[in-house]
Amino acid sequence: MTRMPENSSQPLLAVTHLSKFFGRQLGCHDIGFTVSPGEVIGVVGESGSGKSTLLNCIAGRIKPSNGSVFFNSSAGMIDLCRSSEALVRKIIRTQTGYVTQNAAQGLKMHISAGGNIGDKLMAGGMRHYGQIRKMALAWLERVEIDPDRIDDMPATFSGGMQQRLQIAANLVNSPKIMLMDEPTSGLDVSVQARLIDVLRKLVSGLNLSMVLVTHDLAVARLLCHRLYVMKQGEMVESGLSDQILDDPRQPYTQLLVSSVLKP
Amino acid sequence: MPLSYNFAYLDEQSKKMIRRSILKALAIPGFQVPFGGREMPLPYGWGTGGIQLTAAVIGPDDRLKVIDQGSDDTVNAISIKAFFKKTAGIAITEETRSATIIQTRHRIPETPLQNGQIMVFQVPIPEPLQFIEPKKSQTAKMHGFEEYGSMHVKLYEDIAKFGRIATAFDYPVQVHQRYIMSPSPIPKYDNPKLHRSPAVHLFGAGREKRIYAVPPYTDVVSLDFEDYPFELEKWDGACAVCGSTDSFLDEIITDDTGTRMFICSDTEYCQKKAGNTFS
Repeated sequence: MTRMPENSSQPLLAVTHLSKFFGRQLGCHDIGFTVSPGEVIGVVGESGSGKSTLLNCIAGRIKPSNGSVFFNSSAGMIDLCRSSEALVRKIIRTQTGYVTQNAAQGLKMHISAGGNIGDKLMAGGMRHYGQIRKMALAWLERVEIDPDRIDDMPATFSGGMQQRLQIAANLVNSPKIMLMDEPTSGLDVSVQARLIDVLRKLVSGLNLSMVLVTHDLAVARLLCHRLYVMKQGEMVESGLSDQILDDPRQPYTQLLVSSVLKP
Repeated sequence: MPLSYNFAYLDEQSKKMIRRSILKALAIPGFQVPFGGREMPLPYGWGTGGIQLTAAVIGPDDRLKVIDQGSDDTVNAISIKAFFKKTAGIAITEETRSATIIQTRHRIPETPLQNGQIMVFQVPIPEPLQFIEPKKSQTAKMHGFEEYGSMHVKLYEDIAKFGRIATAFDYPVQVHQRYIMSPSPIPKYDNPKLHRSPAVHLFGAGREKRIYAVPPYTDVVSLDFEDYPFELEKWDGACAVCGSTDSFLDEIITDDTGTRMFICSDTEYCQKKAGNTFS
């Protein structure tokens, strides 16, 4: 087991030598990176390159075959892969958010928008209906959803609204880090733009860290400070977003960047 | 008593297995203990869980009372009483006070229970978290790690929709400051009767094959919000038969012009209060 290097400014999240095998199939192999508080990291790569596997390992949704995920929780630096399930579930629940590509997976579709936002508050022990309601309304406004729709089911929302609701439901208990799995895929371009706009405002306002998995390089450029490029389960290149996108070194990254259609 | 059946229908090994589960359930109040539910000669949904519990705990000296919707003389109650009379030859009573075992479908009797009595509930859905999380593997973990916050989401939805907690039956409770439990389809009016009750309360779900229990003198607290506290149902009228104002009343429509009357749901309590004697 690798020890986390102890230095003055500790990262919020440190992934070291993370590997996941599905039988003989490689999910991701020997991945390592760190995320500082307030930093937005992008993981890009074509579909099947292991991006989502990596994110699921970090979120504790699948157990990695090897390696560690250190998280700087309020109880100190904790290896999420080697701590008790009770502790890991508590940290994941209270200090991280997870936004899925398909809002139906991340939201409770048979519960109203307000209930979805209030879910994490009530899980955190809030037992005052009036306060929960007030916070739900405030968050709807922040993600640009009409507060009048607080009692509507998410199923009646458009794709973009569902995604913004999912973001609100995850941010309401002020997590330290957001893990996002292709939050903008499947939305049309103008809706994407609005979602990104909302995300940018929130990220800068809340000093939130984020790991964003995407295959959309435009989204990555707009939101991420640093980028990691994955190919067939391995990390092939990393650096500042502009550096990677404007001056890619690896042939695979060059291919990835050049294959973006320009209108 | 026909010789073709073992005492109280179930074979001794099955009863032993059920008793073992009951003991575990009593040791961990509110925790759902899986058990090897047997086929009973009545369909699921008619009280197969309750009937197995009764069969496991009943002895030749017991006096059994069975109620369905508070009533002693509905089809389900009469059939179950006949079943045990036939297979166990035990005494049957309608009187709450003299019964040693009371099997019930929806109510806890109005007459206060005493130490030494056993309540047996027929439970359709033992999992209170099912509304929030349909996966059993997940609900087991939520119970294990005490992740109960989302239980309030159901109550939140009620207030958002109706302006009050509209859940009127199967109102979730927390037992012994630990497990969230479904009190089976009793009206929330009966929830406070579980709190520190001197009797033993056993819950059996036949289809789901789960047993849980509330031992005597155990805390049973109904969930609520600080600004929307747990409340009991209230009625405008009194019972038309016995005049009771402190029992659970059924509203009965008596003609097609909307005339209605309130009557006690607990027939034994009502009869007694009205001064009728028992056969």
